[in-house]
Amino acid sequence: MIRRGLLTGAVLGALWMLVLSITVAVAMSFATGDPFRPGAWLSLLWGSIAGGAMVVLGRGRSIQVGIFVAVAALVLAGIGPMLTGAATGGSARAFGAVLLAVGFAVSLAAILNEVRPGELTRHEFEGAVIRFLTGFGYIFFTAIVLIPFYVMVMTSLKNQSELIQNPLDFSIDLSKGIELFRSYDELFSQFNFGTYLFNSFFISVLTVFITLAFAIPGAYAVARLRFSGRAAFSRSILLIYMVPMIVLALPIYIAFSMTGLRNSFWGIVMIYPVTTIPVALYMLQGYFRGLPAEIEEAGLMDGLSRLAVIWKITLPLSLPALASVSLYVFMIAWNEFLLAFMLLDDPSKFTLTRGIASLNSSEIPRQHLMAGSVIATVPIMALFLGLERFMTKGLTAGSVKG
Amino acid sequence: MADIQPPIGTGPLAKREARLAWGLLFPTITAVALVVVLPLLAIFWISVKPVELADLRAPEVVVREDIRGDFDTAEDEATIRYRLRNSSQDQPIAGVTLADVVPEGLTVLSLDDRCAIEGRALNCDFGDWEPGLRETLTIPVLVEQAYLDNGLRPQDSPAITTGTASNILTNSTFTLNNFARIFNGDEFVEVLWVTLFYTVFGTIGALLVGLFAALLLNKSFKGQGVLRGLYLFPYVAPVIAVAFAWLILFDPFSGSANALLLQMGVTSEAINFFGERPLALIMVTAFEIWRYFPLSFLFILARMQSIDTDMYEAADMDGASPFQQFWYLSVPQLLGILSVLFLLRFIWTFNKFDDIFLLTGGNAGTRTLTVNVYEQAFAISNIGAGAAVAVVIFGCLLTFSIFFLKYISQEEGL
Repeated sequence: MIRRGLLTGAVLGALWMLVLSITVAVAMSFATGDPFRPGAWLSLLWGSIAGGAMVVLGRGRSIQVGIFVAVAALVLAGIGPMLTGAATGGSARAFGAVLLAVGFAVSLAAILNEVRPGELTRHEFEGAVIRFLTGFGYIFFTAIVLIPFYVMVMTSLKNQSELIQNPLDFSIDLSKGIELFRSYDELFSQFNFGTYLFNSFFISVLTVFITLAFAIPGAYAVARLRFSGRAAFSRSILLIYMVPMIVLALPIYIAFSMTGLRNSFWGIVMIYPVTTIPVALYMLQGYFRGLPAEIEEAGLMDGLSRLAVIWKITLPLSLPALASVSLYVFMIAWNEFLLAFMLLDDPSKFTLTRGIASLNSSEIPRQHLMAGSVIATVPIMALFLGLERFMTKGLTAGSVKG
Repeated sequence: MADIQPPIGTGPLAKREARLAWGLLFPTITAVALVVVLPLLAIFWISVKPVELADLRAPEVVVREDIRGDFDTAEDEATIRYRLRNSSQDQPIAGVTLADVVPEGLTVLSLDDRCAIEGRALNCDFGDWEPGLRETLTIPVLVEQAYLDNGLRPQDSPAITTGTASNILTNSTFTLNNFARIFNGDEFVEVLWVTLFYTVFGTIGALLVGLFAALLLNKSFKGQGVLRGLYLFPYVAPVIAVAFAWLILFDPFSGSANALLLQMGVTSEAINFFGERPLALIMVTAFEIWRYFPLSFLFILARMQSIDTDMYEAADMDGASPFQQFWYLSVPQLLGILSVLFLLRFIWTFNKFDDIFLLTGGNAGTRTLTVNVYEQAFAISNIGAGAAVAVVIFGCLLTFSIFFLKYISQEEGL
C-alpha cells in the first residue's frame, strides 16, 4: 500500500517540505533576526500536494517552475509552508520565499526520481526513501555542527545589550568597521590573552617534542624488538590509556601543592607529555609494524647499529606518521582543560583554556567569553583544515581517546 | 652424523636485543610509573586517610619580629619582641625552636629562661606546642651608639624556627569514614544512575549518529572532503570553547535556542535547558553525542571504505534492495568496528569529566562519578572522600578492562 507511487510521492513531499521550511525558517531567523517560522500543518499540506503532482504530472522543467511559483506565492501570501511575522522585512521575506521555493522544487524532483504512479518496486521505493534521508542527513549534520560555531563567532562580535534585546539577531553592522572586534582588542590589551596564546603555544610545542622523544624509542622497541614481556607491555599501554585523568589529577594536585610545582610552567610541561605518551606510543607502534622489516635488516647487514637504523631508516620512512602523531598530541595539549584548571592559579601563567575559564564570571560580558573561545578555536581549526589528511589519519590511528 | 638440534635458550644476540629494548623503554616506563602508577597508589592511600583540603599545608611556626620603645640616643632601653603562633588550629607542633641574631649594638639585659644567648646568637627552645597556640617573647635590650649608627634592625635578620608536626598524609591514622560517607544514602545511588545513563546513552547515541553520518559520506561526490572536515569540527575544537557556546546558545534568558522555540510556538515560556532536573541530564548526554559522533563517524567510514564493492554488485544482481544490502551486508561487516568502538567509547564516556563540569558543574542531577571526585575533594574540601570516589571509579574500570582485553585484543591483534 505504502509502495503506491502517488502515496510515496505525497508522503515524501510532505515530510520534505516540513524539513525544508524548518531549515529555511531557522536559517533566516539566525541570519536576520526577523521572525520566521515554519507552519507544520501547512507544510505537510502543500508538500503532499506538490509531491503528488510531481508523481502524476512528471518532473519536467515546467512542473518544477510551476511548483516554484506556487510555493513562493503561497509564502508571500502568508498561507505558505513558512510563515513570517509582521516585523519581518519585505526583502527578507521575499528572499526567504524564493530560497524555500527553489530549494524545494529542485530537490523534490531529485528525491522523487523514478517514482511514478502505480505500484513501485522495492528498489524504486527504497531509493526514494534513501534520497530523502540523505538530504535530511546533510541538512541535519551541517546545522548541528555549524550553529554552535556560528553563535560563538557572531556573539563575539556583538555587545551585551544587542544580545539581550533580540537573541536571534546575529546580523552585524559592517559600518562599525574595526569597532566590531572590540572584544578581541580588550581581551588582548586588558585580559592578557597575548600571553595566554603564547603560553598555550609554547607548552603544546614542548609537549609534542617531549612526547616524541619518549614515544619513538618505546614504540620501536614494542614494534620491532623481541623481548619477554612485550605482549604484557603493549597491553599495559592500552590500560594506562584508560585511567581517567580526574583520578590522577587529585594526587598530582596534592604532590604539586606540597612540592611547590603547582602554578609553575614546568609543572605543566612535566605533566602534559605523560598524558600523551601512551597515545603516541600506541599510534607509532602500529605504524612501525607496518613498515617492511627487510629495509631495516639491510641496514643492519650493512653495518649500521640499531640506533642508527632507527635514525637513518625508520624515522625518515615514518615522517607522515610522525606528523599525524605530532598534530594529535598538539591538539590534546592545546585543548587540555582539567589539569590547567586545577594546577594554575597565577594569571601570568595561564594557558588559553584556563584563561577562558577565568572569563566565565557574571562581571565579564559574554561576548568576551565567546571571543576567547574563538581565539582558542581558530588556531587549532586552521591547523586541522590545513593538514586534514594527517589529522584524519592520526585520529583513526589514535584509537578513540577523547 | 651428529643430530642437529635447534638452539635452546636465549643466545647472546637475543639477549642483546632484549637489553636494547628495555633500554629504549626505560624512559617511558619511568615517566609513566612516576605520573600514573604512583598517583594510583597514592589514591588508595589517601582514600583511607581523613584528609581535608586545608591539611595539605603542613602546620608551621609563624613568627613576627619587631623592636619597640623610644631609643633616640645611646643607653636608652628598648624591647625586641617576637610574636609566634602555631598556624594550625588542630595540629600540634613538637620541638619548636627559634634561632636569631641580635644586631650589633644591642645588649641583652635579661633573658627568658627558655632562651640562651651566645655571642650575638640567640637560641630558644619552646618544647611542644598545642594547636593554635600563641606566644610572645620579649627581650629587653640596651641600645648603644653602634646600633643607631649602622641602621641594622632586628627584623633584618630573619628568625629561623623549627618544629615537627605530624603530617596527616604520612601518619598512621586510618579511617573508613570516607567510604562510609560516599556510599551513604540515596546520593550515591543517584550518582551511579546518572553515570550509567550518561555513559550508555552517550555511547550508543554517538555510535548511531556516527553511523548515519558515515553512510551519508560513503560515496564520492564533489565537496565530500569539505563535509568530512566540517563534521569533525565538534571533536577538534577545545571543549571549553564549545561547551560555553552551547551554554550561551541554550541560555534560559537570552539564548537563541529559546528565542527560536518561542517564536516557533513550540514552547510558551523559556526553558532552562541546563538547570532543570531531567532535562539537564538529557542535554549533557546530547552534548556528549554531538561532540563525539565525529570520532565514530571517522572510524566507521574508514571501515566502510575498505569493504569490497563486488559484494554489493553481486547482491544487486540477486535483487537485494538497498535496505537489505545495508542490513545483510554492511552491518555484519561493520559489527567488529562497532563493538570495538562501543567498548572504547563506553570506557571513555565513563571517564569523561570536563564536559559535564563545564556545562552544569554537576548540578541539576548531572553529577557523574568523575564529577563527584571533584565535588567531594574541592567543593566540600574533603580530599579523602574524593579519593574514595576515585577508588570506586578505578574498580569499575578494572572490570571494564577485563572485557576490553578479552575482545579488543583479538580485534586489534595485540
